[in-house]
Amino acid sequence: MEYLWAFLVGGAMCVVGQILMDVFKLTPAHVTTSFVVAGAALDAFGIYDNLIKFAGGGATVPITSFGHNLLHGAMASSEDHGFIGIAMGIFELTSAGISSAILFGFLVALIFKPKG
Amino acid sequence: MKLLGRQTWKFGDEVYLNSTGTAAGPMESEGPLGAMFDVKYNDLHCNEKNWELAERRLMEDSIESCLKKAKLKNEDINFFLAGDLLNQVVTANYAARTNEIPFLGVFGACSTSMESLAVGAALVDGGYAKRVVAAVSSHNATAERQFRYPTEYGGQKPDTATFTVTGAGAALVSSEPSSIKITAATIGKVKDFGIKDPFDMGSAMAPAAADTIAAHLKETGNDPDYYDLIVTGDLSAVGAPIVKMLLSERGVDISKNHRDCGLMVYRPDQEVFAGGSGCACSAVVTYGHLVKELQSGHLKRILVVATGALLNPTMIQQKESIPTIAHGVVLESTKGGHN
Amino acid sequence: MSNKEQQQAYAEKIKPLQPKPPYFMNCLKAFLVGGFICIIGEALQKFYMTYFNFNEQTAGNPTAATLILISALLTGIGVYDKIGQFGGAGSAVPVTGFANAVTSAALEHKSEGIVLGIATNLFKLAGAVIVFGAVSAYIFGMIRYAFKILM
Repeated sequence: MEYLWAFLVGGAMCVVGQILMDVFKLTPAHVTTSFVVAGAALDAFGIYDNLIKFAGGGATVPITSFGHNLLHGAMASSEDHGFIGIAMGIFELTSAGISSAILFGFLVALIFKPKG
Repeated sequence: MKLLGRQTWKFGDEVYLNSTGTAAGPMESEGPLGAMFDVKYNDLHCNEKNWELAERRLMEDSIESCLKKAKLKNEDINFFLAGDLLNQVVTANYAARTNEIPFLGVFGACSTSMESLAVGAALVDGGYAKRVVAAVSSHNATAERQFRYPTEYGGQKPDTATFTVTGAGAALVSSEPSSIKITAATIGKVKDFGIKDPFDMGSAMAPAAADTIAAHLKETGNDPDYYDLIVTGDLSAVGAPIVKMLLSERGVDISKNHRDCGLMVYRPDQEVFAGGSGCACSAVVTYGHLVKELQSGHLKRILVVATGALLNPTMIQQKESIPTIAHGVVLESTKGGHN
Repeated sequence: MSNKEQQQAYAEKIKPLQPKPPYFMNCLKAFLVGGFICIIGEALQKFYMTYFNFNEQTAGNPTAATLILISALLTGIGVYDKIGQFGGAGSAVPVTGFANAVTSAALEHKSEGIVLGIATNLFKLAGAVIVFGAVSAYIFGMIRYAFKILM
């Protein structure tokens, strides 16, 4: 059942992205940045946590969860350090994603040759 | 006077297309015209280290096979007119560094093939050159990387997109008689009807092609069926019907004898979206296939109109539309005793 | 140059000759591809929670890292761009699309060297996501913090 909800919710988010691309002619870059901002916005109202509880991977795998994690880290750190903590905590929870993207992107670029 | 009307050159009796050379990448070699190309690669890298070197290899191969067929050396050529799609026409510059022929770089995006041929023919006709080599190249990966996204990026392309032809074509123009004569050329005006989508160049370029074809026919006084074929460069499945519609609005019917190189270079089942594009698209089709038809006398007289989208990614990001241009050259067979 | 009316007239005129995106099929493919990637994510999360010392909150980290690794490898062997052509937003919206944007840009600029090519261009496409994410998180964070103080 969890897998089904992950599939349905994740797939539905991608359909929204596809509509933005096909109907509103947004580039993939515009779509993904909009999704990140939307993720942060949904988290600001506490909605995204409920979505994760409900859909699991369907909510954590789309890039919206990146925005959600950025805000989550910022808010957690603001508990201890006040408003300065917001800046300190932004990348706290997303560090694994960003650092692995840098590392694996770099290594793959070193090893492989573009295929065209 | 060798000028007809405002923008058409009428060449004298002494301008010939003596020899051509073509080089092609894997997709093009597998296409319907694959057997026509002189040098073929089954690897997109063309045995080179990077994409830019691969494109340079293609251009140099096409020049080499063109000159080899004419039994000439680099020293026998007065001028080398070449261009490609990359910034500062680097492929042409570096090919010129290799062959050391006095060099004029030309740029008209994908219309460079006919632009270089027309200017080369004018130089020969004017007595400013004995022999000129005109060459162009394009490479799918260098074009993708410069104009769109990295080649491995997973962006989805719409069906209006075109697929840049990997290849190169070179032509030798001189006053020494051969089986193909270059008789006229029409230089196009830049047209822009506000298309901003770099994935829909057929729609952007069709007005330029229509304008050049209409101007050519008006200034030479010829009917469309005076030509066995009117061939456009890379309008593809999107632009080809548009150019026919635009011309029929002006009372010109080219529907019977119109072909588009972008639709000739690949089989319909190859995954190339709306068709081929790029400098090499019109070049490999004209210099590889059409020239052979003229040499054999199957075709008597053709008008090749190479179309170019003068696309610049920075300008597109600044919300500018895509200016386009088209240049036409008339090639006639001297076989079969006509003219 | 053509004026606005001419441009609009041309756009109207060519409309019937232009192929429309297959809206339904594209959405269906995006749904299937995107949903499938999320299922893999869900399975990875379960895997890390069962066999390693991760809980529901922290399992997201190794899951994202693993998806990014898979995507980077698929980009390297030249498969992810084909998935992208098929899946559209289905492969762009998941975190794997972010990894593809990073890896493809780095790989493409390999020929210009490791420092000026790979390293400089790593975030050429994906940087926008980080910039907008961080800026929006900062703004929303400030708003929420202000609310908390005032309430």
